[in-house]
Amino acid sequence: MERSEEYIKNERKQEWRVELQKKTKAKDRMAIERVEMHEMAPEERIKSQRVEVNIGLSKEEAMLEATRCMDCVNPTCMEGCPVSINIPKFIKNIERGDILGAAAVLKETSALPAVCGRVCPQEAQCEARCFYVEKLNLKSVAIGHLERFAADFERESGVISVPELAEPNGVKVAVIGSGPSGLSFAGDMAKSGYDVTVFEALHEIGGVLKYGIPEFRLPNAVVDVEIENLRKMGVKFITNYIVGQTASLDDLKKEGFKAFYVGSGAGLPRFMNIPGENSNGIMSSNEYLTRVNLMGADSEESDTPILRGKNVVVVGGGNTAMDSVRTAKRLGAERAMIVYRRSEEEMPARLEEVHHAKQEGIEFLTLTNPIEYIADDNHRVSQIKVQKMELGEPDASGRRRPIPMEGSEYTIDATVVVVAVGVSPNPLIPNSVEGLEVSKWGTIEVVKDKMQSSIPEVFAGGDIVRGGATVILAMGDGRKAAANMDVYLKEKYLSKKVEL
Amino acid sequence: MNKIVEKENFSEKVVKIVVEAPLIAKARKPGNFVIVRVGEKGERVPFTIAGADIAKGTITIIVQKMGVSSTKLCNLEVGEYITDLVGPLGKPTEIHNVGTVLCSGGGVGVAPLLPIVEAYKKAGNRVITVIAARSKELLILEDEMRKHSDELIVMTDDGSHGRKGLVTEGMEEVIKREKVDECITIGPAIMMKFCSLLTKKYEIPTMASLNSIMVDGTGMCGACRVTVDGKTKFTCVDGPEFDAHKIDFDEMMSRLGGYKEEENDKMDHFQN
Repeated sequence: MERSEEYIKNERKQEWRVELQKKTKAKDRMAIERVEMHEMAPEERIKSQRVEVNIGLSKEEAMLEATRCMDCVNPTCMEGCPVSINIPKFIKNIERGDILGAAAVLKETSALPAVCGRVCPQEAQCEARCFYVEKLNLKSVAIGHLERFAADFERESGVISVPELAEPNGVKVAVIGSGPSGLSFAGDMAKSGYDVTVFEALHEIGGVLKYGIPEFRLPNAVVDVEIENLRKMGVKFITNYIVGQTASLDDLKKEGFKAFYVGSGAGLPRFMNIPGENSNGIMSSNEYLTRVNLMGADSEESDTPILRGKNVVVVGGGNTAMDSVRTAKRLGAERAMIVYRRSEEEMPARLEEVHHAKQEGIEFLTLTNPIEYIADDNHRVSQIKVQKMELGEPDASGRRRPIPMEGSEYTIDATVVVVAVGVSPNPLIPNSVEGLEVSKWGTIEVVKDKMQSSIPEVFAGGDIVRGGATVILAMGDGRKAAANMDVYLKEKYLSKKVEL
Repeated sequence: MNKIVEKENFSEKVVKIVVEAPLIAKARKPGNFVIVRVGEKGERVPFTIAGADIAKGTITIIVQKMGVSSTKLCNLEVGEYITDLVGPLGKPTEIHNVGTVLCSGGGVGVAPLLPIVEAYKKAGNRVITVIAARSKELLILEDEMRKHSDELIVMTDDGSHGRKGLVTEGMEEVIKREKVDECITIGPAIMMKFCSLLTKKYEIPTMASLNSIMVDGTGMCGACRVTVDGKTKFTCVDGPEFDAHKIDFDEMMSRLGGYKEEENDKMDHFQN
C-alpha cells in the first residue's frame, strides 16, 4: 500500500477536508480546551482487575476534540507514529461525524487501533510532534484518545470493516509469535495477498497484550475483536505450537512456507540474583501477570492459584512494575509498594500509569534497592532488606546512576514480592535456527529498516530484535518487515514466475 | 488433535492416558515433557512424556490424582479432548553409551523414567533399574521396565510386592555389587534427594529430573526456578534434568509447597 507524501497531501485537498478547514477559524480551533478522558473513581476501580480505568470519550467530546486539530499541511504528528497512521485524515473524519470512516483510516496502517489507542505512550510519539506542542507550547490534540474512540465506536457499532485485500498470490508465510509485532506483520501481509499462518506457543493469541497488560488497561475482549478482524482477513492462527520444538523451521519449509517473521519477543524474566530470591512468595512480573491476566487467577473459578498478601512489594519502575503493583492492589493488598532504585524522574513507566497508581494508593519507595530477602520458617518471604541510594553521574542510558548509601539498610515487611527489573530475549528461536546471527544480548541481528536477518527468508522484529521495548515499536517493526518481505518475495517468486 | 484414544487405570489414583498428538509424538525425545490444560478455566500443568507412537501419532502420559488439575485430567474419558496440549518441552536426556547405568524411579516418576531406560538400553548400556512405590497397588509399569532392563529390582515400603524397603536400599546393593558408571533418578523430590546423597557417597555421576511448579513451560516466567551449583536455573528450559549432586533439593522441596494453601482451597472449591 503505497502512501507517498504526495498522496497524503492530495488527500488533504479533498473537497470535504477543504470544507472543514474553511468551516472553523484557526484561532477558534486553538481556543478549545483539550477534552479530558473520563475515568472510573479510584476507590471503585480497585475493586476488580477487570474494570477499565479510562472510560473513553463521548461522540460529542470526540468531535469537539477533533476540531482542535489544524489539519496541518505538514502533519508532523504522523512522523511520530511508528506505524504512520494518517492522523489528520482520521481526526477530520471524526470532526465531520463520520466515525466509521475514521476507523477505516486507522486500519489502513494499523492492525490493532483499539489496542494502540490504549497502550501507546502517545505523549512521547505522535502527540509529542503535534503542532500544538511543537509550535504553540499548548496541550497536544488527544490523538490517542481519538484513536481509541474511533476503534471502540466501530467495535460497539457491530459493523466492523475489513480492509481492502490484494488478490491472493498463493505464497505461504509463517509468523512466529502472536504478539503485537506478529499481528501487525500478519495484517499487512494479508492485505498484500499472502497466505499467512501465525504460530503461537501459548493457548491464547495476543502475546503480551493477553498475558502481560492487565484488563484494567486493556480488556482481553478488545484484543480478541482485533484478532477476529485479522481472521476475517484470512490470517490463520495455530496455538500451542512452539516453532523450534513442536516442529522446526525446516519442517515448515517442507510444508511450503517461503518466508518467516520472528516476533517471539523478550519473554525471559530477569532476576537480581540476591540472597533469598528463590524464597516462596517471590516471583517475576511475568509469572504474576500471566497467572492473573492469561489464567484468570483473580477469579475463584480459575484453577490457577495466585499468592495474595497484606504487604506486596514490586521491584522496578517500568510499565510492567506499575501493572504488577496495581494488580496487587486489586487482589486485596493493604500496602502495595513500588521499590525503585532511582528517583521518580528516571522512571521509565508512562506518566499516566504512575499518576493512576498514585490515585489508587500505591506507595512509592524511590532511591531504594533490595539487597536481600528474609524468609520465615516455611521458606516464605517475610521481609526485604533494602538499601537507600543516591544519584551520581549519568550512565550510558543518560539516566543518573544510582549509588548505594553505606549504612542505610533497613527492612520492609512483605509476603509477596514481584520482581519487574526487565526481560531478556527468548532464546528458543535463536537457539533452534542454525545460521541465524544473534547479538551478545541474545537479540536477532537484522538489517536496519529492512528487518531481514542473516538468513534471507527470515525476518524479525519487536522485542526479539530490540530487547524490551514498546507495543507500538513492535508493531512498526512488523509493518517494516512486511513491506520488505513483500519486495523480497515478489522478486524471488512472483515477478520471475518461479514455480511455487 | 488432543483426543484421548486410550485410558487405563493403574490404580485408584494413577491413570495412563494415550492422547493424539502427532507432531509431539514425532518430535519428542526421552526426557521431554508437555504442558496440558483441561477446560477453559483450567490451569497449565506439566507432565513428562512416558512414551510415543509415531505411526499412530500418539503420546502417553501417566497422571497421579493430586489436586484439581490432575483430577480433571484423570476424569477425562476415551473420545474426549484435552483442551490444550503443547510440547515437546525441556531439554532431552543426554543418552550415551557409558557402560552400566543404574536407573531409579519412585511412584509416578517411574513413568517418565521408562523412555529413558529404553533409550539407555538402545544405546548399548547395561541397564539396571530399581522401581519403588509405597505399596503393590501404586507400583506401575513393572513389565515394561523388566522388558527394557538387564535387571529389575522392585521395592515397596510395606513389602506387599518385591522387596520391602526404600529405593535407596535396592540401589546401594547394586552399587556395592558392581561398578555403576551413571545414575538417573526420577520420583518425589525427597526420594531424589536421598538417591543423590547415596550416589554422591560413591561418587557416581547422577542426573535427577525435576518436577517443579510451572506456568508457561517455555522460560517465560521463572516459576520453576531451582538453584543448581549456586546458580538460578529454569527447570522448563535449562532442565528438567540436572546434575543431582548440585541441586539444592531443600529449596526445591520448599518451592513445591509454595502454593499449598491456595491449592487446598481450589480442591475444596472443586469438590463442593
